[in-house]
Parts: sequence; C-alpha cells; structure tokens
Amino acid sequence: MSLEHNDDTALLASAVREAYEQAAPVEIVAGGTRRAFGRAPTGTPLSVARHAGIVAYDPSEFVVTVRAGTPIVALEDILAREGQVLTADVPRFGAASTIGGALAVGLTGPGRPYSGALRDAVLGMRLISGTGEVVRFGGQVLKNVAGFDVSRLMVGAYGTLGLLLDVSLRTARRPEAEAVVRLERSWPAARVALRQWESALPLTGACYAGGVLHVRLAGLAPRVAEARRVIGGETGDMAVFTDLRDLRGVFFERPGDLWRLLVPPESPWDPEDTVIDWAGAQRFWRVAGDATVVYELAARLRGQAMRLLCADRGVGPWVLPPPATMALMARVKAAMDPRAILNRGRLYPDW
Amino acid sequence: MSQTVEPSHHPWPAAFMRRLRRILPADGLLQKPTEVAVYECDGLPVYRVRPRAVVLPRTAAEVGQVLALCAEYQVPVVARGAGTGLSGGALPHPEGVVLSLARLNRILALDPDNRIARLEPGVRNLAVSEAARPHGLFYAPDPSSQIACTIGGNVAENAGGVHCLKYGLTTHNVLALKFFDAEGTLHEVGGPTGEWPLDLAALLTGSEGLLGVVVEVTVRLWPKPPATVAYLAAFRSLEAAAACVSEVVALGIIPAGLELMDGLALSAAQDYTGIPYPEGSAAVVLAEVDGDDLTVALEGDRLRAIFTAQGAFAVEQAVSDEDRRRLWLGRKSAFPAVGRLAPDYYCMDGTIPRRSLVPVLTEIGALSRRYELPVANVFHAGDGNLHPLILYDAAIPGQLVQVEALGADILRLCLAHGGTISGEHGVGVEKLDGMCAQFTAAELAIFHALKSAFDPHHLLNPGKAVPTPARCVEAGGMHVHGGHQPFPHLERF
Repeated sequence: MSLEHNDDTALLASAVREAYEQAAPVEIVAGGTRRAFGRAPTGTPLSVARHAGIVAYDPSEFVVTVRAGTPIVALEDILAREGQVLTADVPRFGAASTIGGALAVGLTGPGRPYSGALRDAVLGMRLISGTGEVVRFGGQVLKNVAGFDVSRLMVGAYGTLGLLLDVSLRTARRPEAEAVVRLERSWPAARVALRQWESALPLTGACYAGGVLHVRLAGLAPRVAEARRVIGGETGDMAVFTDLRDLRGVFFERPGDLWRLLVPPESPWDPEDTVIDWAGAQRFWRVAGDATVVYELAARLRGQAMRLLCADRGVGPWVLPPPATMALMARVKAAMDPRAILNRGRLYPDW
Repeated sequence: MSQTVEPSHHPWPAAFMRRLRRILPADGLLQKPTEVAVYECDGLPVYRVRPRAVVLPRTAAEVGQVLALCAEYQVPVVARGAGTGLSGGALPHPEGVVLSLARLNRILALDPDNRIARLEPGVRNLAVSEAARPHGLFYAPDPSSQIACTIGGNVAENAGGVHCLKYGLTTHNVLALKFFDAEGTLHEVGGPTGEWPLDLAALLTGSEGLLGVVVEVTVRLWPKPPATVAYLAAFRSLEAAAACVSEVVALGIIPAGLELMDGLALSAAQDYTGIPYPEGSAAVVLAEVDGDDLTVALEGDRLRAIFTAQGAFAVEQAVSDEDRRRLWLGRKSAFPAVGRLAPDYYCMDGTIPRRSLVPVLTEIGALSRRYELPVANVFHAGDGNLHPLILYDAAIPGQLVQVEALGADILRLCLAHGGTISGEHGVGVEKLDGMCAQFTAAELAIFHALKSAFDPHHLLNPGKAVPTPARCVEAGGMHVHGGHQPFPHLERF
C-alpha cells in the first residue's frame, strides 16, 4: 500500500486557532471508521487524513514517529519491511483506519495482557491544543519523567483534549513464528491453565467463547513449537484473534449495544453469551435496551462497564463518575481545550 | 555542606494549629527543630529547608482532613514518602507543612489469582515483592532505593529501575489510584485493567506531588519467571561496551535488565564489594535474561554471540541466586561505592536514544576533562537512561557551581541527541532550568493549567517540577518558537 507523505501542521493549527477564536466546535476526522464510537459527533468536520506519513523511523531504536492521518495498515507495511511490528495490538476497521483514530478511542486488541496497552506503546506526541498551539509532550525515548504525562492522557480521550499531529510509538521485532491453538475446557480450568502458561510460555493472546479456549503464541520458532507441545489442543484459527481485535465476526453482528466489561480476570464466565478476551480481564457483551443488567454485573465483579457502541448516540461510552471527579475531569478538559471546541460532546455532553 | 533555609517566622493562625492538632494522633505533629531536622532534605541534600511542621497521619481520612484544613488556610503542603528522591521533590516549603505518608503502610489486599495488590502509599517498594513472593509473583519496578522507598513516592516520581526495560515503569504497573486533590476531595480512578475515561492515573503518576496526594495504589504483579541468568561481559574500552548495548537493542533482544559500568565505577565497586572484575576491564555490560529454560538458553546464546562479536574479552555467567546476587552487587552498590571516591557526588539522569550512546559517552568524557571533574558512568544502558556521577568536593569554594555547569552541559547534550533531562529521578527543584530548555512557553502553560485543575491555589508542592514562565526568562533557556520571543510583555534581564 502506498502512503502519501504530507505535513499539514500549519493548516490544521490555523484551522483550530480560528475555531478557538470563533468558539466554533470542530469534529476531528480522518479515515472515518470510528465515527460510530462515542456520542454523536458535533461541529464542522476537520480532516487529519492528509496529515500522513513517517516523521522518523530508526529500526535499530525500535521507535517510529508517525503522523496521525497515517493508515494503520500502511504503517504496518513500512514496519514489516524492516521485520518489525507495533508492540501494541491495534484494532482497525478497514484500510482507511488511521493511527490517530486508534489513539483517540484507545482500544487495544487481544495482545494487551502480554504486550501492553496501546497507551503503553506511546512515548510522546505532538498535538494542537484547544487554543491552536502546537505543543509536544514526552519524546522518543523509553524513560522520560520531565513534565506531566499528557501524551498518555490523550489516549482514549476521544479527541476531546487535543488534535493529535504525530506520535512516537514503540516497535518490536516481528515474531519468528506464530500459532493459534484451541482447546475445549471449562472456564475455571482454562484460567488455571493460563496462570500456569503465562509465566513460562510465549503467549500473545487468550480468549474464550462458547466453551473453547483459544491461545495465540508468538516468538522464536523453537519456543512456539515447545509451547504447542506443552499446551496440546488442536491447531486453531489466527482469524479468531484478528476478528476479536477488529470487533468483527458472528458475535459482533448480534443486535444490541456493544459493551466491554473490564473485570478481574478470575471472574466467572457468566452470562455465557459474553465473549472473554484479555485472558479474562475483558468481556464483550451485546445487550439490547436497558443497561441496568450490565452495570449490576460490573458492580458484582468489582469491575467497570464501558458502552463501546450504542444505538442511542446521546449516550456516552462511560457512566458518569461521582460529581466531584466529573468536575475534576471537566477542569482537565478545560485546561487543554478551554472553549470546548475539540470533538465537543463526543465523550460527555457539553465538553 | 549547603546552607539550610530556615522556616518563615510569620506565624500560622492559632486556630489552624489547634484544628491541625485535633485531626492528628498525639504523636502525629512534629515542630521541634530536633524532630523536624530529618525532614530538611530528601536524597538530594544540597537543597535544605527546615519545615515549620511535619504531620504524620495514620489514615486516609486524616490525610483528607489535613488537606482540607491547609486549603482553608492556604498553607502549602509537601507530601513525602521515605525521602529517597534524588531531585529535591520532597524538599519542604518554608511556609508549609510536610505531609508524611510513612504511617499509611499497610498492604490492604493481595490477590494472587488476579495478580494485583492494593497498597497504602507508605508501603515500601520491596515489601510488595516480599509479600508476593510466596505466591510466585513480584512487583516489577525496582528503583535502587527499593529497600527504603515507598510506593507513594514511586507513583509521584514514576520510578523505574533495572528491570523496566522489560516490565515497564511505575505508570505501566499502576491499575488504580485513590487520591485527594488540593481541597481534600477524594477521587478514585482506574480499574481492573487501568482504564478510565481520561487517564488521570497516568497524569498523577510522575506528577511529583503537584496534583494530588495518593492514599491508595492498586498495582499489577508479575509471575516470577522460572529461570533467570545474568551475564557480565568485560570490554577493553567504554566505546566498545556502549556499542555492544546498541547492538543488543538493535537486534531486538529485550533482556530483563541491560546495564553498563565504566572503569571508574568498576574500580570503586570492586574496592567496595571486594568482588573483582576481569583484569583489564575498561567497562562491563551486565545483562539478565528471564523466562522458561528454553528462552533463557536461546536468548543467552544470542547475547553471548553479540558479546563476542563486539569484542568482549571475558564473559561470565551467573545462574544460581547467590551467583547472580554477587554479579549484580557491584552495580547495586555502585552509587555508595563511587561516593567513597570523593567527598561529594552529583548524580545526573538524562535519557538518550540508544544509538547515541557512543557519541554521548565520548562527549561526556571530553566535558569531564574540560571541567577537570571526574565523571563515573553506571547506568540503565538498555533504555538509554544515563546516570553520570560527577565527583567533587563541596568544601572547595566554587566547585558546586562548576559541577552544576557541567551537569547542565550534559543535559543539553542529551536534549541535542533527542533525549530528555530526566529519565526517572524527576525534575523536583533540581532540573527546573532544564525544563525551560525542554519545553516551550505554550507547553509549560498547559502544565500550569493542568496543575490549576487539581490545585487552583497552587498549594501542593508549589515551586517544584514545572518552572514559572518568569523563571525561564531569567534562566535564559526559554525555547524560542518560530522566531517569536515567548512572553514579549515580560522584561528580560
């Protein structure tokens, strides 16, 4: 896939500055594949799609700095030429899906328990603040404690804190070998096995649906071969994991709102129409209508519920935290975007 | 020794003191000079301020009440853990109270099945791994002060350590936080997987006590790998050792730890521990690989091949716990060992891209000769986090000034190579001027706005971590963006 290299920083900064001066909200868009996430977009669309390409990439350093409008698949192609991959398992919803959109929504695929969250892969960012200033936080090195960690704060904020220009992400060597195995196990037995394997075997994913445990392995070929021998089971399908990453397949086609439950991994598999990802820590659930049942389950499991996709676009992904904490988050939002012009209403009403 | 700043003599209102006493246990308020003297400084003793009062609450509720009271009377608060920080982050404020979290030291819950621990902020870092060990688990961030330093302090500083190359910094291992803002309002953020609509836990982590006071931390525990092998590779030159580190990284090997010590550090460590390094070592690389037996064997073979190809003249291997302890001992005691070479030393903390290790170390050597101040290098090479130790004698007039000038040159060198002024020790009071060089006026303005969101009257650890625009103008280090002078309305002098 060919990639257009283009730096739109000046254009985007002047657009945001103008929006700030006129207090006129803008909706940040690029590939347009994530517009269904969050509350209904408002504001004039401002496209980041042309702001694309690699800013810096030194394979020996295992860091790539890439513009927000770069499609994920195009970035992966460039990394693949050097035998590398992103450390984080990044969901994408078609070829147009950009790295900027992935960071705004902040989801991480099944690799998360083993290779970290998308936010863990972020070393630094350049962004346009709500006042139209171009600012940079973090950097291109692994350890950096100078200044508040604004780049991590940006991940998952649905573009409400700043317009992402470019990001430095960690990369890793492409694994020499990869395999998926499937085993029929009860969920408690699956957890016991996972706890044992996780300390010793090169796992990169573990999900559970319909009484079947799927385990993904990756790494040096002899290790993957040895792990297959230890785990047993049958050869599985790699697509189980890429489908789960991209919220695709039969389960996701069911009607109802799409929920994520973030729970202690040992939690029981209940109800059985949930799909378990992240070795137990994330559960997907399709529920039509009343959300009470979901919040009750989350509370019972001492976890959180996040509504990823909702038929009612007036409802946001997260339940409101207690008023004092909500007020604090609103002040954080105002510190970054004082006139609430960036993706207004996308996460919470009015900001 | 440096001068201690005396507390302000302007008295606090009697009502404030009366109410403060009522909140705290009988032995929870220290004011006598002899009692508060120990709180004058942290691990960077060149800066000292005698606190007016030190409060030692026992519970989170008491912490909240102290904060609310201080907010009411506009009294600055400096939170403190074990005081092992290396950048003056816990330096008292002459008008304020020191809020010690040392007595909130309970492990509230340890859940081995879900691999989490819920901790009060005063729990010592090492105590977490000790409690987790019977379950085959450990807490990964391991700053060199881990025997003494607390989890609350680790969160404030986003502490790293030897093993963060593979297991991440504190921020990667914190799942949830309970904290009070400056008004004494409690907030709970995070969850089983560390998610929150806006990642406030990430913002708090590394914020050096400027945004809130953490009273509970939920951390992730890791399964202890079944096998660990440590290697020591000895080189005839520092450049060869640095090149070896770059090569290990470039080949995509991620050891659990990858450290480098130069000749000066080696001879100091050898004298200190009595454990000899291979004769003729100008520098050594220490590396540790962990995992199952097969991984350890495969990665060990690759490391050995790289060591040899890069010109190591001796390679030692340590498998048993005791042998590994001996192999690491020199590294772990390097700071006190180097400390015996001169009356004082100043520890730097810049980070650079690993490809720049050779040129930066060469340049640091040249700077050391130019300033006629010895510099020992012992550092986290695998993540490019340098710790040059400048040896000096504070009793010699003017030498501290020279040391600070050399330190500033080293930090400028790190920035010029695309790095940062602080990898893990924090900014504190020490690197405020460096912040002016690393960030623009607009970026600093965002930091101040975020600070105000949590602490509108700037009572929490004021004057640390983020410099005021006026200070940056004075320091002359302000970034100039696109030819525009920042703060044109301010006079420059």
